[in-house]
Amino acid sequence: MVASTNTAQQVKELAEEKYKYGFFTDIESETAPKGLNEDIVRFISAKKNEPEWLLKWRLKAFKYWLTMPEPRWSKVIHDPIDYQDAYYYSAPKSAADGPQSLDEIDPQLLETYEKLGIPLKEQERLSGVAVDAVFDSVSVATTFKAKLGEVGVIFCPISEALEVCPDLVKKYLGTVVPYTDNKHATLNSAVFTDGSFVYIPPGVRCPMELSTYFRINAANTGQFERTLIIADKGSYVSYLEGCTAPMRDEHQLHAAVVELITLDDAEIKYSTIQNWYPGDENGRGGIYNFVTKRGHCRGRNSKISWTQVETGAAITWKYPSCILQGDNSVGEFYSIAITNNYQQADTGTKMIHLGKNTTSRIISKGISAGRANQTYRGLVRISPKAEGARNFTQCDSLLIGDRCGAHTVPYIECKNKSAIVEHEATTSKISEDQLFYLRQRGIPPEEAVTLVVNGFCREVLQQLPMEFAVEAQKLVGISLEGSVG
Amino acid sequence: MLEIKNLHVSVEGKAILKGIDLSVQPGEIHAIMGPNGSGKSTLSHVIAGRDGYEITGGRIIYQGEDLTGLAPEIRAAKGIFLAFQYPVEIPGVANTTFLKEALNAIRRYHGEDELDAMQFVKMMREKAKELGIPEDMLKRAVNVGFSGGEKKRNEILQMAILNPRLAILDETDSGLDIDAMKIVAEGVNNMRAPERSTLIITHYQRLLDYIIPDKVHVLAHGRIQRSGGKELALELEEKGYAEFGEAAA
Ligand SMILES: Nc1ncnc2c1ncn2[C@@H]1O[C@H](COP(=O)(O)OP(=O)(O)O)[C@@H](O)[C@H]1O
Ligand SMILES: [Mg+2]
Repeated sequence: MVASTNTAQQVKELAEEKYKYGFFTDIESETAPKGLNEDIVRFISAKKNEPEWLLKWRLKAFKYWLTMPEPRWSKVIHDPIDYQDAYYYSAPKSAADGPQSLDEIDPQLLETYEKLGIPLKEQERLSGVAVDAVFDSVSVATTFKAKLGEVGVIFCPISEALEVCPDLVKKYLGTVVPYTDNKHATLNSAVFTDGSFVYIPPGVRCPMELSTYFRINAANTGQFERTLIIADKGSYVSYLEGCTAPMRDEHQLHAAVVELITLDDAEIKYSTIQNWYPGDENGRGGIYNFVTKRGHCRGRNSKISWTQVETGAAITWKYPSCILQGDNSVGEFYSIAITNNYQQADTGTKMIHLGKNTTSRIISKGISAGRANQTYRGLVRISPKAEGARNFTQCDSLLIGDRCGAHTVPYIECKNKSAIVEHEATTSKISEDQLFYLRQRGIPPEEAVTLVVNGFCREVLQQLPMEFAVEAQKLVGISLEGSVG
Repeated sequence: MLEIKNLHVSVEGKAILKGIDLSVQPGEIHAIMGPNGSGKSTLSHVIAGRDGYEITGGRIIYQGEDLTGLAPEIRAAKGIFLAFQYPVEIPGVANTTFLKEALNAIRRYHGEDELDAMQFVKMMREKAKELGIPEDMLKRAVNVGFSGGEKKRNEILQMAILNPRLAILDETDSGLDIDAMKIVAEGVNNMRAPERSTLIITHYQRLLDYIIPDKVHVLAHGRIQRSGGKELALELEEKGYAEFGEAAA
């Protein structure tokens, strides 16, 4: 049809999208020697003054990692990663001794976060969101600590948690994602540098949104952060992470691990707005986002809800999952993945039903444009003991142009006859009819596409905390529009 | 307002419009009638600037300006509105959001301030009330799950809010029961104004009992075969389109 010239134009505009977080901060850094070996693992551990048990754990992970093959089962394609050609530790010199109070922080760092739209100082004064800012390998600032402390909430870099509450870290670290889990998670266990730690005491409803902002700045540096969130009995927390990186020609590795634990009647709501540098329109550069996220509903009636908006990264490989062990526990996964140009995403979730009457809900919205490819890969496993378990899965894909692809790979393993598992999937295109209709009403093409895509994603966008919903909506627009924000 | 001169249009190499001449003055309402497949929707799409139509000859002049090459959203901003024969569904986008976006895009084009949510909702509610459109229809996703009649009423609501100079109604009456048609007609009549023109495309003369046109044209075989006053519509009702070499409706 002649009308597809319009779509071609659309795709061209999409391809010319600009990445507004692509700047680099020229800041003096302390960097470990290039490459990966046991000494680097020891170096990182020593830098952080870690206890002996953690160093041992790291070394075990490293030895095990050496024996592991690359994961091969996903649909993503990339050249072999040269692990020796990267730095595993880089920290701004001024932050060498851990996060200071905001007044002592290097103004250049504050400026960087301001440019990223995270004015740490203002955040402290104005908004109700506590932020932990992670710059390359270290946390540079955590806001609102005192206020959170009043109700017993611990929110700090994980390296600091090792000093403040070493027993909690020791008790839970690696219990949801063991160091043997997969090659990327094992690497993370060996060389993780920083990340956030959250503990919500029994019965406490965390009085504000917690958020961590990850920034990769240095060249050739991997970021391996580790996040651990524990919601004790009857507690609640909503946590959000955001990510950006400078534009660079080479790929950079981001292999994070996130572990969530909920005890009886507790709830964790975990939201991600991932906007790593995606590479240019020819597929050069961009972050490899290989992330292992898993939540463990240990207690009865507990709930873990993942919401993700994945717009960046050259390759996204992540499956935020829930182990539903406690009876009546609930797992949710709400996802928007947008891939453009040569971006690849292989993402989805695993819902492992172990307890009785456990329920899970999966809503996945994938949008592909340009030559991008994405796969939804999901597993719903109902174990023999999961009497009365229920799952509902809805996977929708939206294609923009005709050179992109979307695939849905749902695995269902049901070993209990009383369980109900439902799966629905659709694939659609933004139609010429829709575009013409919107344009006839005066709405320019880029805005029309944004509107349709936002409508398509609505169910997921609604899950985001208010403070971030608008930002996410804009991001959806930016990653598709070709406009500089 | 609108001058169409010897317009020839092809779709995928097939000639659909073969020399249309039409002149609509400000304040006038013209009806275009014709059998199915005669090119009525094609004409409305071409005026609105839809891609996929090749103009092989002739010109469309709107308010003294040749429309050739202007994008649909620019034509919309300049005051051309098309009520679609088949309104399109936009899942997940609330009617309110869509209309606010549309109105503000047009205001931006003219360098006017955008309306904020409060101002817009107030205005939208008023218009909806006039057209007997229930509140919940404003919140629902655009045309999703709307009945045929609701979709057509929604088109008229959009017209009322966007306040066009040239409104083209493509078979807005088809599929409407008599009450719904009266509401639509009232909506159009209320917007009758010296500076506005309306093109009513219809297959039946029924609607023209409620909206009195200044002129009626018969479109068949890609050409205007006859033009006349309101009485032409009645004649067609009686005789059908047989005279123009097509089977009666
Ligand atoms: N996109 C298209 N591709 C091919 N033929 C078309 C297309 N649109 C319309 N036509 C043809 O053009 C002619 C006129 O159609 P249309 O303008 O919809 O007529 P009407 O609105 O008067 O019923 C018909 O023969 C129809 O089949
Ligand atoms: Mg038609």
